[in-house]
Amino acid sequence: MTALLLHRIHFAFTVTYHYLFPQLTMGLALLIVVLKTIAIRHEDERYNQAARFWARIFAINFLIGVVTGIPMEFQFGTNWSQFARVTGGVIGQPLAMEGVFSFFLESAFLGLFLFGENRLSAKMHWAAAFLVFVGSWISGFFIIITNAWMQHPVAYRVLPNGTYEVTSFWGLLTNPWGLLQYAHNMSGAVITGSFVMCAVGAFYVLENRFAEQGRIFLRVGVVVGLISCITQIFPTGDLHGRYIAKHQPAAVAGMEGLFSTQRGAGIVLIGQPDEEKQTIDNPLVVNNVLSFLIYGTTEAEVKGLDQIPRDQWPEPLPLLFYSYHIMAGLGTYFVLLMVMAGFLLWRGKLFHTRWALWPLLLSFPLPYIANTAGWMTAEIGRQPWVVYGLIRTSDGYSKYVSAGNGLFTLLGFMWMSTVLSILFIVLVYRVIEKGPEVTGPGTAPTGASLSAA
Amino acid sequence: MGFIWFWLVAIMIVAYVVFDGFDLGVGILHPFLARTDEEKQLMLRSIGPVWDGNEVWLVAGGGTLYFAFPLLYASAFSGFYLALMIVLWLLIMRGLGVELRMHMEIGVWRAFFDGLFFISSLLLAIFYGAALANVIRGVPLGADGYFFLPLWTNWRVGPAPGILDWYTVIGGVVALVALSLHGALYLVVKTEGSLQERSRVAARMFWIALLALTVVSLPASIIARPDTLDNFRAYPVLLAVPVIVLLVLSGILYFSRKSDDRKAFACSCAYLTVMLVGAAIALYPRLLPSSSDASRDITIQKALSGPHTLRVGLVWWAFGMCLALMYFVIVYRMFKGKVTLDSGDYGH
Repeated sequence: MTALLLHRIHFAFTVTYHYLFPQLTMGLALLIVVLKTIAIRHEDERYNQAARFWARIFAINFLIGVVTGIPMEFQFGTNWSQFARVTGGVIGQPLAMEGVFSFFLESAFLGLFLFGENRLSAKMHWAAAFLVFVGSWISGFFIIITNAWMQHPVAYRVLPNGTYEVTSFWGLLTNPWGLLQYAHNMSGAVITGSFVMCAVGAFYVLENRFAEQGRIFLRVGVVVGLISCITQIFPTGDLHGRYIAKHQPAAVAGMEGLFSTQRGAGIVLIGQPDEEKQTIDNPLVVNNVLSFLIYGTTEAEVKGLDQIPRDQWPEPLPLLFYSYHIMAGLGTYFVLLMVMAGFLLWRGKLFHTRWALWPLLLSFPLPYIANTAGWMTAEIGRQPWVVYGLIRTSDGYSKYVSAGNGLFTLLGFMWMSTVLSILFIVLVYRVIEKGPEVTGPGTAPTGASLSAA
Repeated sequence: MGFIWFWLVAIMIVAYVVFDGFDLGVGILHPFLARTDEEKQLMLRSIGPVWDGNEVWLVAGGGTLYFAFPLLYASAFSGFYLALMIVLWLLIMRGLGVELRMHMEIGVWRAFFDGLFFISSLLLAIFYGAALANVIRGVPLGADGYFFLPLWTNWRVGPAPGILDWYTVIGGVVALVALSLHGALYLVVKTEGSLQERSRVAARMFWIALLALTVVSLPASIIARPDTLDNFRAYPVLLAVPVIVLLVLSGILYFSRKSDDRKAFACSCAYLTVMLVGAAIALYPRLLPSSSDASRDITIQKALSGPHTLRVGLVWWAFGMCLALMYFVIVYRMFKGKVTLDSGDYGH
């Protein structure tokens, strides 16, 4: 294995694993604020109880997110030192701001939120929950802005020593790519949160244990889930897709498996791209749709890979194609599921309709897959560039860190992730099994000594 | 601008060491000082609400270093690759050790997380000390500003050293003892009764060891790096630094004897601060010196980001730090006083 490939896998693996946790953190943070808001507005203690239950899961999830996230900040230097050296003057900025503006906020108020319910008034406790939500969403923003600059570099200049510097602070923070990507990404995180909430709710209702809380979870989860599934596609996904088509035609051609430029391009629903023969095997195509989605008219010409020099094709191309199709396919399924669940909820039948509760229970892993596939689409679509159009990925990695050393630490992270996954599943399962009705205010985390994770 | 950012990054590193230092110290001490499960819980609770926020100084400091001195970040982090990765793993283990213990009622699990917490804290302290010693000693920088160090070679300070050699091991031991003392003094402040008494005894032992090591570390640095004292010779007023080190060290003893525990702990904070400031003065204007060729030193000049980046950075950094300090005041106020085992209390 070459050092370049190893460093790519190293970053891809650690960041993919890490992001399984923050997506739930950010989604749940919003949902907990929703629960707390309803509790205050309707003076309904059951919603406080629900919030306390989700806080327990949130705390475990947050801890794993923190410990797997710290390595991310350092891996730019360890594995991608040439990239870090050249671009630090730009992307070091949002990364440092994440620490300064988000992590201090989160770490301080998470402790107050998790353990301060007895000491704080209801409104102050709501405020602590709200600040945790704000902190986690600010954190997401700075990471997206960092990534957006790599996808679509703006507001920079090259210094005489070959490094990059920001020319406009606000230009960097309001990178249009970043704003679209942020909206799309956060909507995705809320989908994960609401699907997890629905799954636990469906579990309790199907099992007829803690059924009252289960119904609350389903009610909130389905409503928030329905809204976020729709915003995921329209407007965020739609606008983001058009923006990508405009600025990264190679990525879109790869995502869609469009080998030749076409007027009235169709969309491939299913198929297997063959890079050598430049065809799609077993294609299921709907005519004209791609042109319409990107340009709003069925006649428009969409650039294919034939117009892009071979050394600028995203790679691995088949993985890009599958990632995109998995993301889009699951996104469609999410809407169908949530529209159905929303309809049944509206008609007051959801809690008795077992055939609808089962898919709600079983679907919670799918948003994780969809979010991961979405990120893989973005990151593979950017290839072969680490900063689009400016720096090639093959010029960015740490030349002095050998493939052997890289493999050693990659295996270390894989082993550690396995252990973390087991711990996470055991701990969360115990919380779910104990159920939401075991505690009063203030004893939120089970026996927990500790706060601020 | 370079001068300002050099010291701003230094402040963040100092804040990390002073704050997370006592978390690590508590981790190192807890298998020895706690006799019962309740005492172990008390020790964990003494850092429970704050350790995560303390660790943020590392992340925020690392980010600030990245954007102010990208070359240093790129060179040092890839050059110390293996050591840094081990530190990252240890930080993962420490976080699990602190937080997950209380989720488990089974004794074996608790013992497992206790062990994780102890070992990771111990090794982190040693690695941090060794890291600082590596920076003082210098590394074999190439013409392109990069290097790669194995974990160890022949344990000598030469042109091709390892991350661990006799000098950096001394650095590791100094950090181990200094942070253990720091943790012990913190526990004296936060606990009562026999646990507090045992912490006092531990603090006294570590104090003697630290005095000896502090005295040894200066000539060791001069052997490892003959030009260590150049800045101090050029500006004799800076010789106040070693004097203050000895003053605050005596202060620890003096206030401990008088059972003025908060002041003793404050002296320990001052000790860590002044030791790090002394190291920063010795380095300035270098960030990472070369072990072979002074023209290859990574200096502030060479590593500094562009002027616009740094000007804008100053504004948000100052604003962000005000917010961060405000959060710290809120959290430490909520958490002041002795820790107890009452449930429902903040931090429990």
